Amino acid sequence: MLRVENHVVLGKIQRGRKVTIIVDGEKVEVFEGEMIAAALMASGKKVFRYTKKHGKPRGVYCGIGRCTDCIMTVNGIPNVRTCITPVEDGMVIKTQRGLGEWRSDTGDD
Amino acid sequence: MIKTEIAVIGGGPAGLCAAIEGTKAGAKVLVIDENSKPGGQLFKQIHKFFGSREHQAGVRGFQIGEKLLEQSRELEIEVWLNSEVCGLDSDKNLWVVRDKKESIKVIAERVIIATGAVENSIYFPGWDLPGVMGAGAAQTMININRVLPGKKVLMVGSGNVGVIVSYQLLQAGAEVVAVVDAAPKLGGYGVHTAKVCRAGVPFYTSHTILKAWGSECVEGAVIVRLDNSWNPVTGSEKFLDVDTICIATGLTPLSELAWMAGCKFEFIPELGGHVPLHDRFMETTVSGIYVAGDISGIEEASTAMDEGRIAGVNAAASLGYIDDDKRKKMTEKLWKRLNSLRCGPFGEKRKSSKDRLLTFRGEA
Repeated sequence: MLRVENHVVLGKIQRGRKVTIIVDGEKVEVFEGEMIAAALMASGKKVFRYTKKHGKPRGVYCGIGRCTDCIMTVNGIPNVRTCITPVEDGMVIKTQRGLGEWRSDTGDD
Repeated sequence: MIKTEIAVIGGGPAGLCAAIEGTKAGAKVLVIDENSKPGGQLFKQIHKFFGSREHQAGVRGFQIGEKLLEQSRELEIEVWLNSEVCGLDSDKNLWVVRDKKESIKVIAERVIIATGAVENSIYFPGWDLPGVMGAGAAQTMININRVLPGKKVLMVGSGNVGVIVSYQLLQAGAEVVAVVDAAPKLGGYGVHTAKVCRAGVPFYTSHTILKAWGSECVEGAVIVRLDNSWNPVTGSEKFLDVDTICIATGLTPLSELAWMAGCKFEFIPELGGHVPLHDRFMETTVSGIYVAGDISGIEEASTAMDEGRIAGVNAAASLGYIDDDKRKKMTEKLWKRLNSLRCGPFGEKRKSSKDRLLTFRGEA
């Protein structure tokens, strides 16, 4: 279990209501308001995108929206900084390849 | 287009304190922050702060953050969240993008840049693998998002960030497999270092990370001993079974906007690299543009808050809200508080670097 429920200093966490997001086609239950990166990390996902040139995996690096390592395609919009973007019910999130593609639809490739 | 008297860029400890002082003096203040919540990096700091009673020593960082937010609400300070300042010129025109859709020009009479800092990276084979992250990133994950980035962590760097985050990783339920530091001596405050030591975490001084191992993400790390000339000693490699590698090798001021506005800079490694020149009133070389907090040299939240107060007081005074006598008195008082924080083996070095920075404007 990667979620820190009870904390010695911070106590028990009050999370938002349970919502469902679609990550690479799979339904994942997460908590409303938490950052996409945190929700994915809690579900065990570590690779958020693959680089354009060499196709190398990337994940969370700075966690505060500076480095853009954790960018993914969210609801069809590529290059979204997942560490500072909260999840919303029904969000469609995709592991991004390269610079991603601008698409108006949010369906599968 | 929107006009304001003082625009504060960044709603962290420095920015909030600047806004509070400016507002208390009577100025119209607008705080602009790109995050969805104010407080900057204060809320992930769950350890008790040092300093004196007026610095709220013994109070945890996030509790100080709550107090600042409460004060900001009481003063009805206008705070724009989800708002990125994408441009700033020397005439104090700001280009702001709100909620990623609305482009707004803000014309300010005074600007206080309190954008903070970003963590440094170090480069080794595999440093770009998922699982390698800033120590501050791991701290955000465990204390704000309440999610462990991994279960077995290698901490690179034994400075304050390294040992504080190591301890907080333990508190969150992770195992800290080792702390390595390339220097022959440990770099953090004794009280934090000792807590990690007492928890049984091995410290390796004169050691560095040689590589991160793994195909899709970190599956291990190799550390190596360094000789007196900081070169790896062949045969001293040691494999560590870790899934996360945290990098705590210092921070760099986030100074893009100050560069853009034409502020003069000086390179001072002890303060994190290029820092905007400023005087004792935190004003840069561009008239009416002030800096406070980590952008003016990497220190701590407690010093950032006092620098923010100095900037807020002086920006408001320059607009006529505080008379010169009072301004000087308030500034001197805050400087005394700053100097009391900049003492001891760590603080002295920062103080001398900060003093050196002031000499560039002939004000030591």
